[in-house]
Amino acid sequence: MSQTEFKPVLLGRVGKPDSQSLASYRADGGYEALAKALKMTNTEVIDVVKNSGLRGRGGAGFPTGLKWTFLPKDITGPVYLCVNGDESEPGTFNNRVLIEEDPHQVLEGIVISSFATRTTTAYFYLRYEYGKCYRALKQAIDEMYANNLLGKNILGSGYDLDIYLHRGACAYICGEETGLIESLEGKRAWPRIKPPFPAIEGAFRRPTVVNNVETMACIPHILKHGPEWFQSMGIPKDPNNPRDAGSYGPKLYCISGHVNKPGLVELPMGVTARELIDKHAGGVWKGRTAKAVIPGGLSMGFMTNAELDTPLDFNGPGRVGCLGLGTAAVVVIDDHTSMVDVLYNSCRFYAHESCGQCTPCREGTAWSTKILERIRQGKGKLSDIDLLMEISNSIGVMPGTTICGLADGAAWPIKTAINKYRSEFEEYIKSGRRSESAALAHSH
Amino acid sequence: MVKVKVNDIEIDADSKDNCILAARKAGVEIPHYCWHECLSVVASCRMCLVEVGETKPDGTVAMGPKLVPGCQTPIKEGTVIRTDSAKVKTSQQMTLELLLLNHPLDCSICDQAGECYLQDYTYKYGKAQSRLDEPKLQRMDKYHIGDQIALFTDRCVMCTRCVRFTREISGTAELQVVSRGSHEEIDVFPDEPCNNKLAGNVVDLCPVGALCSKDFLYKKRVWWLKHGESVCTGCSTGCSIHVDQNENKVYRVRPRENPEAQGHFMCDDGRFGFKYIHDERRLKYPKVLKGPEKVSAKGAKEGIPDDLSFGDAWPSVMSETRKRIQNAIHNDPSGFVAVFSPFMTVEEAYLLASTIKGFDARTRLVLGPVPVVGQDDLYPKGPKGESPAAGKVKFTIRAEKCPNRLGVEAVLKHFEGSVVRVESMPASAASAWYVVGGYGSGWVTEAVDRAIGTPSLLIVQDMFPSPLSERADIVLASGSFAERDGTYVNHAGLAQAAHAAIRPPEEARADGRILMELAGRTGLFNAMSLRKEIGAKVGELSAIGIGDLGEHGVRLTKFALAAGR
Repeated sequence: MSQTEFKPVLLGRVGKPDSQSLASYRADGGYEALAKALKMTNTEVIDVVKNSGLRGRGGAGFPTGLKWTFLPKDITGPVYLCVNGDESEPGTFNNRVLIEEDPHQVLEGIVISSFATRTTTAYFYLRYEYGKCYRALKQAIDEMYANNLLGKNILGSGYDLDIYLHRGACAYICGEETGLIESLEGKRAWPRIKPPFPAIEGAFRRPTVVNNVETMACIPHILKHGPEWFQSMGIPKDPNNPRDAGSYGPKLYCISGHVNKPGLVELPMGVTARELIDKHAGGVWKGRTAKAVIPGGLSMGFMTNAELDTPLDFNGPGRVGCLGLGTAAVVVIDDHTSMVDVLYNSCRFYAHESCGQCTPCREGTAWSTKILERIRQGKGKLSDIDLLMEISNSIGVMPGTTICGLADGAAWPIKTAINKYRSEFEEYIKSGRRSESAALAHSH
Repeated sequence: MVKVKVNDIEIDADSKDNCILAARKAGVEIPHYCWHECLSVVASCRMCLVEVGETKPDGTVAMGPKLVPGCQTPIKEGTVIRTDSAKVKTSQQMTLELLLLNHPLDCSICDQAGECYLQDYTYKYGKAQSRLDEPKLQRMDKYHIGDQIALFTDRCVMCTRCVRFTREISGTAELQVVSRGSHEEIDVFPDEPCNNKLAGNVVDLCPVGALCSKDFLYKKRVWWLKHGESVCTGCSTGCSIHVDQNENKVYRVRPRENPEAQGHFMCDDGRFGFKYIHDERRLKYPKVLKGPEKVSAKGAKEGIPDDLSFGDAWPSVMSETRKRIQNAIHNDPSGFVAVFSPFMTVEEAYLLASTIKGFDARTRLVLGPVPVVGQDDLYPKGPKGESPAAGKVKFTIRAEKCPNRLGVEAVLKHFEGSVVRVESMPASAASAWYVVGGYGSGWVTEAVDRAIGTPSLLIVQDMFPSPLSERADIVLASGSFAERDGTYVNHAGLAQAAHAAIRPPEEARADGRILMELAGRTGLFNAMSLRKEIGAKVGELSAIGIGDLGEHGVRLTKFALAAGR
């Protein structure tokens, strides 16, 4: 299948009239996958998902089926599924489109996944700002209860499930799976120390699976079309790397920044950044060229123009010094933009969002912001560049320094910006120039 | 027990230990802020990051790729811990630099200076200079955080020990973290200060100078303080304490860790309730007030003004006391009653009992009032202030507000056969009394007053004036808990040794010294040799016969058996 002919799977129903309604979803074959799954055993469903090679779409890319098998065997008492709809990685909006336009697709995935994990209570954790999503989901869930798709004895199968829709309170850290669980429990969203991992002790101290919204949306299609169909898309396993699990299936790429046509496109895993920008986003705006591209949400760091032919699969960005694919949210930065300003904005975000639990992240994110702020006021020193590198190394690049990945996310933009654009930082500092936007900067 | 290697030192550690505890056994310090033995593990300060590896069956060591928090990482057979590698040292330096970023470095005016883990760790593991070029964050101090505690917000390292303490040990949950990131602060809800009865412990738990005791604030530099090891006499829990003094003045009392007694903490009643020992109203001189040979405060005989006398009253007062007791017992042995206070140490009770019974076996020994206030106060409290379920209790403030009822009763049972309470005696029950007080506050109840009445001889050995001392024939000014050496037996039969931290005021004397003289014994009062003597003679107290009770004390045989030890 060539990519130009690719027919969207997850976005297939987006844009249709009344795409949010149960009737229209059913008319397009909705809930057939659920009916099929309910006739299987739960372990058979897990095997199908496992065989499909589906990897979590939330950012870390952990194999979904494998995650489900980490739940303790022969468990008595409740198991929970938490759906992570706290989409807050800068540049990312695929969950939002999926929920707003086609909530039943996600919900069908949730019911199937709950069945597979023997969950009878699922929590949908939705970021507060997504009001339209909330209303769409609420209506869809009501419709499902009314049509025996939720509640007791779903579709006569004897399987019971309740879904609780939980609105978060606007914090980036709630997207971290254990931060999400703490927040769900009504506590301050401070990520937990692991072990125990959520699969052993998660929400309300019970075994818990946390999955992303897009991951859930993939599930009905895998059940319907089979693992082989899913593996026909994307980049196969690297035979030279035994730890590579492959990058299969369709993927939603969010494109934003300095492009002519920002938006969400669905393509088989592995499209290059250059193709995404030129072909699907109408190229860089104002006839300029891209100076830097964020491959998958801010936390992944920056790719240079020369690195744009990197395929955006789970392994590609890592090969050019980025953290990974992340959420596949591509942000384009044109050649008129100062990387000092970009990095300052990045650091400001993480300093604002650091939950403040671990010392390196709490202090390091704020410190790096202060340094960049000073550089932008024309008071930088060349030694600041190495200091920024040292801070980024000690808060996140060097593994193990903090409880969760937020600090890594803060560190990689610093590391990649300075590694790849060092001369720009040096010139900026030497020139003693003051950033135009520095005067407007929100002071920390 | 598992074998663990810490920086090439091989040790046996408990398999339940974390890396910090295992390293401690090897004599290696892993610096830490947030971790505390009594609190849940949060692993958030990241000060205790170390390298950990395991020994493979073939003897090779595989070190993990990451630095791991020593507090969170369990050990097993063959665990290898490295705290001295360049990687660990760099991480420690950076963490300290980060912790000090917004710290005001106001050591010169900080109460914690001298016992501050930021100072100590920076000296040992940090680097001399900060690379921060920007202004530090400034935050408002919060004096309102509790009646007894103040928060110096900018000194805080966000270890959250205090927050966890109020959630896990006191159960009152007043303290919390507000705001986010580097703007985080410890705070309370408006008008809901942290005033639970264990609140003072957060000051000890705070590893830096953020939470300070208002009572101690700016009173004394800690390096001038000498630390006496003693036992709190506030209730029958008998918390092990440090009595911190300088130049004979006690500035503060802190809990001394003792897993056998109370654990790590103590209540605020004990912590702040020691002030009476420096009360101006204390009895400071022995006096013979009535009778043929009156002796005044400073030893002057009748007719000579006090301030012209440089004499010491004690020799003449004590010989007069001994003489009158012997006379009284000679005239009416069963009419002589000695009242023992539950604030006496075992040694003091033994000296008095053996002396009086030595004069005549027909004399009577009784127990003074045992103060009881309300019910035992159990922690952690539930959300509505309810007591915890049995088995979940982490701290108890006992209703019995005295330290040594059990110890004194054991002595009384040995010498008298049974324990009679003075309150239960009829009015004017005896013709001659030797009454020992030593209570922190007024203790002469109506029943006591009535039982004693106005006898022909009344000798009072006490700290404070009372209706009894007013009408006594002889008053012997005695010592407070901080001035005594001796043994207290707590509610669970744990015999702990207390050591004098200060001298009694003016001419007052510790009870043991008074009673040595009364007993006509030569030499100084020595608690350890007396314990050996008591252990040999008083069966119930045989366990203290070892003399040195150690830091944690020993359990009386009866209680040790009951506890299955």
